[in-house]
Amino acid sequence: MPKDGGIGASTVRREDIRFLTGKGRYTADINLRGQGYACFARSEVANGRINGIDTAAARAMPGVLTIMTGEDFVAMGGNPAGWFIPNRDGTPMKEPKRPVLAHGKVRHVGDAYAIVVAETLEQARDAAAAIEADITELPAVVNMAQAVANSANRVHDEIADNVCFDWGWIEDNRAAVDAAIKAAPHVTTLELVNNRLIPNAMEPRASIGDFDSGTGDYRLHTTSQNPHLTRLLISAFVMAIPENKLTVIAPDVGGGFGSKIYHYGEEAAVLAASKAINRPVKWVADRSESFLSDAHGRDHVTKIELATDLKGNFLALRTETMANVGAYLSNFATATPTFLHGTLMAGPYKTPLVYVNVKAVFTNTAPVDAYRGAGRPEATYSIERVVDKMCRELNLDPIAVRRANFIAPEQFPYTTPVGLVYDTGNYGATLDKLVQIGKLGSFDARAKESAAKGKLRGLGLSTWVEACGIAPSNLVGALGARVGLFDAATVRVNATGNISVMTGAHSHGQGHETVFAQLVAEQLGVPASTVDIVHGDTSKIPFGMGSYGSRSLVVAGSAIVKSLDKIVAKGKKIAAHMLEAAEGEIQFADGNFSVSGTNRSKTFGEIAFSAYVPHNYPLATLEPGLEETSFYDPGNFTYPAGAYACEVELDPETGRVEIASFACADDFGNVMNPMIVNGQVHGGVAQGIGQALLEAAAYDENGQLLTGSYMDYTMPRADDFPMFNVDHSCNTPCTHNPLGAKGCGEAGTIGSPPAVVNAVIDALHRAGHTHITHIDMPLTPARVWAAMQA
Amino acid sequence: MKVSMTVNGKSVSAEVEGRTLLSSFLREGIGLTGTHVGCDTSQCGACVVHVDGLPVKSCSVFAHDVAGAAVRTIEGMANADGTLGTIQQAFQDHHGLQCGFCTPGMVMSTAALLAENPKPSEAEVRHYLNGNICRCTGYHNIVKAVLAASGQATASMAAE
Repeated sequence: MPKDGGIGASTVRREDIRFLTGKGRYTADINLRGQGYACFARSEVANGRINGIDTAAARAMPGVLTIMTGEDFVAMGGNPAGWFIPNRDGTPMKEPKRPVLAHGKVRHVGDAYAIVVAETLEQARDAAAAIEADITELPAVVNMAQAVANSANRVHDEIADNVCFDWGWIEDNRAAVDAAIKAAPHVTTLELVNNRLIPNAMEPRASIGDFDSGTGDYRLHTTSQNPHLTRLLISAFVMAIPENKLTVIAPDVGGGFGSKIYHYGEEAAVLAASKAINRPVKWVADRSESFLSDAHGRDHVTKIELATDLKGNFLALRTETMANVGAYLSNFATATPTFLHGTLMAGPYKTPLVYVNVKAVFTNTAPVDAYRGAGRPEATYSIERVVDKMCRELNLDPIAVRRANFIAPEQFPYTTPVGLVYDTGNYGATLDKLVQIGKLGSFDARAKESAAKGKLRGLGLSTWVEACGIAPSNLVGALGARVGLFDAATVRVNATGNISVMTGAHSHGQGHETVFAQLVAEQLGVPASTVDIVHGDTSKIPFGMGSYGSRSLVVAGSAIVKSLDKIVAKGKKIAAHMLEAAEGEIQFADGNFSVSGTNRSKTFGEIAFSAYVPHNYPLATLEPGLEETSFYDPGNFTYPAGAYACEVELDPETGRVEIASFACADDFGNVMNPMIVNGQVHGGVAQGIGQALLEAAAYDENGQLLTGSYMDYTMPRADDFPMFNVDHSCNTPCTHNPLGAKGCGEAGTIGSPPAVVNAVIDALHRAGHTHITHIDMPLTPARVWAAMQA
Repeated sequence: MKVSMTVNGKSVSAEVEGRTLLSSFLREGIGLTGTHVGCDTSQCGACVVHVDGLPVKSCSVFAHDVAGAAVRTIEGMANADGTLGTIQQAFQDHHGLQCGFCTPGMVMSTAALLAENPKPSEAEVRHYLNGNICRCTGYHNIVKAVLAASGQATASMAAE
């Protein structure tokens, strides 16, 4: 391993220096010469008919440069749904146009209908407040059950039942599943809500549009996890700007968690406004706007039924879910409740028969899309809660039941009844590890200590598997994706031997600049300090699909490996020429190219220099230069898995739940930087605990967001958590990517919510509240206390 | 109106409106963009700076209210030679930041905590940082970094 950090080293992050000294460069930190400031006028009602928007008074306000309304964007295309989902009867899903700015109707509070650009931000805000919008308020569609039942109230006039799709997975298995449940000795039924969340990356969204009238080029700085996708969507669907005339730059981005994967209308609006005034246009959301207009997450209502024998062996599983997609289809909105949820309903278990039904429903709320974990937390929560309930009903040990139903190590590759092939795993090993690190055997002693303090202690488990490394174009194409999902990397070895890597992944907290350099250092035997990682600029990077779905290392990292292999192959050719040997005689190790069985060798630096000073190259067979580009498209998803245990202390007087301990045993395959992987798990677990205990996006019956600020939406804070106990030593490396890596970014959010809720139910049952079989998240003191009084 | 103050030891002034917040003065008025704005209700703490030695959410005061004061921002926290100061180094060593957006406020709050309480307990650190929201780290490594910056051992804590 190179001294300053190869694979497996907990190398500290190089990007920290700029973040710790105030030198980070986030979109809001960028100011372009002559820029105007944008503010959006947004709907105050959830559902309304736009009769007219009078901008005359606003245009006359000081400093106003332009005002554009939805009408100015009618000729443009819509922001499309990225995945096509068929109905159970084979008919297509409903895809209403999502315009740049609302036109004709506003469909959720915060729906933008005008952009105002002025010389200063204050002037833009003042003018936006002076726009007179004549909007007739219509009854809001908020509750999903009512949305489906009452066709008089519609989000989109042309969709009578407000249903986007009614999807069955796998429809052909339905009859067999129904029959198995009907015949089963025991069926456990649970109705639950997977609470709606607001992602809340700490950096609010921001975009700067810059049209250059001299060249006809557009440039967009934007808070994106996925700059190439944003460029593609603006080019191909929304604005018809040729891709080669549009550069999208996502500089430092302050967290995403899914909410910055997607293209938003504000991005097209600032580009169009920039062209209109021939000056750059800058927009920075305030937090209130983010609450109203960022894509939200989760929001499922599910009925799950688990059929078992009386020993707890799983026989069949059936779920019916209503998934809220909000007012418009965000880019991944249709994939999240279907192929990122339904295909995971087998979990880590050998349940032979599974059927999933998902009905996606439009409501007059902000669009809902993938939020960290995206579909897999919803699947895991449903499964792990119903398993826990079944264990209580049949008086079975939840550890033993899980172990008995696990897919065994020798069964891999394992084809699930919901369409995935798990390549590798050892679920028993992570569960064993969890029992050990969580000291689960001594729970009773801790429960006594809690009781001495007047607290109820409970223990909850969750064992899970997820599909990530979102990529295989073949597979996702078969599942309805309208784009390819691969990644790309260019490795450029400069003449002086240092290296620039252009990656299609985007780092917004994950530490790619450090980890990808470790990877290059390991493979080429050079110091990591000589490697720079370039990301987030479509003009510099060949292509990419960004960072989400725990895909960066496993897909984009594998693309880097592919390019590194080509660099080594080219280096061997150069070495063969320089050392006057046959190419087949050249070996590469520890940064040196040598002739087998001799002491003749060239360093990596000598090869690099020679590539750019090719004085006597045989040019017919050896090109100058040392730069390689690769596109990597894997053969399968990756399947990280793990076992989590949560212990809670519950105050019976108030219903307040505290996390007493949280332990995670994860299988992420091979790990590049343990320090960073641990940090990913900590953050994910905190978000999962936030969902379980604290967070919920609440709308009232008129579609007003009740949780529109940090005064109302409970963000997890430092004093909500203990230290976390994490382990990822039980590794079964991925079998189909060159790194053996599986991805770690979402695990924490996926595994943790059911562990927390199971622990609370456990605490209540141990205290004799056996009538409480379920409490919906978030388990606030009020909800827990009320359940205890029932 | 023209507002003047001392920022990180230098005298600065800028022409601002009466409604200009200290955070805007720092970011837009004098170009110090290390101070971040993550909310509009003075909840997130990304904008914490020191005013005359005390931590202040710079989005919650008008620039003219602190005219003449000595303000310290994240840009003033490194050593004179540009290397990381003790707190900054502890955050790097313990992976106490991910996306970096809340980090300036975390570092400034930590500096204020340690000035007031040089050897805080874990519970005291968590309580003090209640006014700074981080969405990435789950606070685990931030707490560790703060304890390390205070010179206390962190090796016995749960996995990094």
